[in-house]
Amino acid sequence: MRYTQEYTTLVAKDELAAGIYRFCLKAPAISRLAVAGQFVQVLVEGKQLRRPISLAGIDKQAETITIIFEIRGEGTDRMAKFVVGDTVDLVGPLGNGFPLPDAKHPVLIGGGIGNPPLLPLAEHYGNAATVISGFRTASAAILQEEFAATGATAVLCTDDGTAGFAGFTTQALEAHLATNPCDLICACGPMPMMSRLADIAEKNGILCYLSLEERMGCGFGACVGCAVDIRDENGNIKRKKVCTDGPVFLSKEVVR
Amino acid sequence: MADMRVNLCGVELKNPVITASGTFGYGHEFQDFYPVGKLGGISCKGTTLLERPGNPSPRIAETPSGMLNSVGLQNPGVEAFVTELLPWMREQDVTVIANIAGSSVEDYVAMAERLNDEDIQMVEMNISCPNVREGGASFGTSTAMIEDITSQVKRKLTNKPLMVKLTPNVTNIGDMAAAAEAAGADAVSLINTLTGMRINIRTRRPVLRNNTGGMSGPAVFPVAVRMVRDVYKRVKIPVVGLGGISTWEDAVEMMIAGATAIQIGTANFRDPYAAIKVIEGMERFADEQGLSSITELTGTLNEW
Ligand SMILES: Cc1cc2nc3c(=O)[nH]c(=O)nc-3n(C[C@H](O)[C@H](O)[C@H](O)COP(=O)(O)OP(=O)(O)OC[C@H]3O[C@@H](n4cnc5c(N)ncnc54)[C@H](O)[C@@H]3O)c2cc1C
Ligand SMILES: Cc1cc2nc3c(=O)[nH]c(=O)nc-3n(C[C@H](O)[C@H](O)[C@H](O)COP(=O)(O)O)c2cc1C
Ligand code: FES
Repeated sequence: MRYTQEYTTLVAKDELAAGIYRFCLKAPAISRLAVAGQFVQVLVEGKQLRRPISLAGIDKQAETITIIFEIRGEGTDRMAKFVVGDTVDLVGPLGNGFPLPDAKHPVLIGGGIGNPPLLPLAEHYGNAATVISGFRTASAAILQEEFAATGATAVLCTDDGTAGFAGFTTQALEAHLATNPCDLICACGPMPMMSRLADIAEKNGILCYLSLEERMGCGFGACVGCAVDIRDENGNIKRKKVCTDGPVFLSKEVVR
Repeated sequence: MADMRVNLCGVELKNPVITASGTFGYGHEFQDFYPVGKLGGISCKGTTLLERPGNPSPRIAETPSGMLNSVGLQNPGVEAFVTELLPWMREQDVTVIANIAGSSVEDYVAMAERLNDEDIQMVEMNISCPNVREGGASFGTSTAMIEDITSQVKRKLTNKPLMVKLTPNVTNIGDMAAAAEAAGADAVSLINTLTGMRINIRTRRPVLRNNTGGMSGPAVFPVAVRMVRDVYKRVKIPVVGLGGISTWEDAVEMMIAGATAIQIGTANFRDPYAAIKVIEGMERFADEQGLSSITELTGTLNEW
């Protein structure tokens, strides 16, 4: 079995920053199947389509998964109203996750709500990893302690300079590369950020993976709603599915 | 227990529940949820003569109790369908309905020829597509175009029943169904999606990159029920009802309106088990009603 539908139980909920929630869900079946970089589709009462949310944590012993989401519209607003003890209907784990290649000096880069899916990656690479997280402002910054707890070096950036490095993650990456080795970049965040990161990675000959987002009907390959343009080795552009072919793609494959 | 089998123009289905084209891929996507052999049938993703990339994203928008899609028939083409996707389906002991689409009559005719001897049970012809030669008007919006395309496809599709899938974007769907019947269609299925649009009020841009898309889901159900009833009154060939069915009660309602079998589309996304739950609910209802066969429901509407 690759994925399943499961009635999970919300066992812990906290608000990490204004409008950003963390759910810990008891999900025996999904946690057993899940790997870093995958996502789940969350059923929301009163909404026709499920909402895709990345896995921010997988605990196979405790049979739990963690998701972290930001209120963006009606669906995520309703998700925020779940309380501990509620049943949450999920389909997952979906997508292929990060390939986790061997790397001595991986750099993980997250923009805003793109940070949570990097946590399982930071756990995988531990002390070897550097995590560069960008947020609009200090009060929106999340997960700095969690990233540090993995052993990774956590670099906080804020657009307005209210905490950490003043500027974008792309600038922080360039500063990092000036004095440090790097053999892998994994990024998740807004497309303009990832596009700029991909340029930097390519210029420096660094292997780079991007986690993409697209609107989804099903989440498991049946509707072809989530198409993105992907370039193959021969330079031919094909429409691939973010849900089953991704959501993680090599930066040089992504047509920007 | 009531007999759930239905005969759809010579093809025996295990039960009246078919999964709708474009919402169920080629079946294997749902195999992790349940064995797809439990279904009455699978209508495959719309296939064109050659591979099609479809429209750019975003292709999906949510609407109240429904959705819009502008996938634009992305598919690998009929050859890849037959050689790469059909073999797995054939192992599942399920009725396979090949759904075909095109932009010229010649496209459809060529696909009918290609599929005539393949191991599929039926062809569903999607005529909602624009006819490039006729200035892009959908084939399904004029009785003349429907008669022409149906009779030409029938001439080549000698070994399989032909089901014509009607578009609801017409003034009188009964006339369209009658045209298909007159030209030799073995069944009709309806409804395809209703053309719609959503606009982002901040950017003043359509939500879909294609500007417009096809609306489906529970919101369209009453329209579909009315149209199935209209068509059932006009033609003698079997009618397959779809559009917004998400529960077994909806499915029963559609059969009472005149459907011999029904299809489940958008509901598969919200609940991957939707089609199975519909089959089980219909079974319970048939027993509760003391029916010996589920077919006893078809067209039993008692109008005021
Ligand atoms: C693979 C994947 C992983 C994701 N992981 C996370 C995560 O870990 N945390 C998080 O906060 N958000 C994540 N998102 C984005 C999240 O799915 C959207 O913010 C959410 O669907 C918005 O729903 P809404 O009803 O609040 O907003 P609305 O704008 O009202 O939603 C309307 C429709 O558009 C879709 N939609 C809107 N924005 C997006 C988007 N950015 N991506 C995809 N579909 C969208 C919705 O699902 C819905 O169908 C992820 C998206 C994808 C594709
Ligand atoms: C994402 C999506 C893709 C579709 N693709 C096709 C297609 O390729 N061919 C076709 O005949 N109908 C297609 N349809 C229409 C459905 O088969 C069905 O007619 C319509 O969605 C109404 O049923 P529903 O409300 O149960 O979904 C598609 C619908 C959706 C939502
Ligand atoms: S969301 Fe349906 S195919 Fe990707």
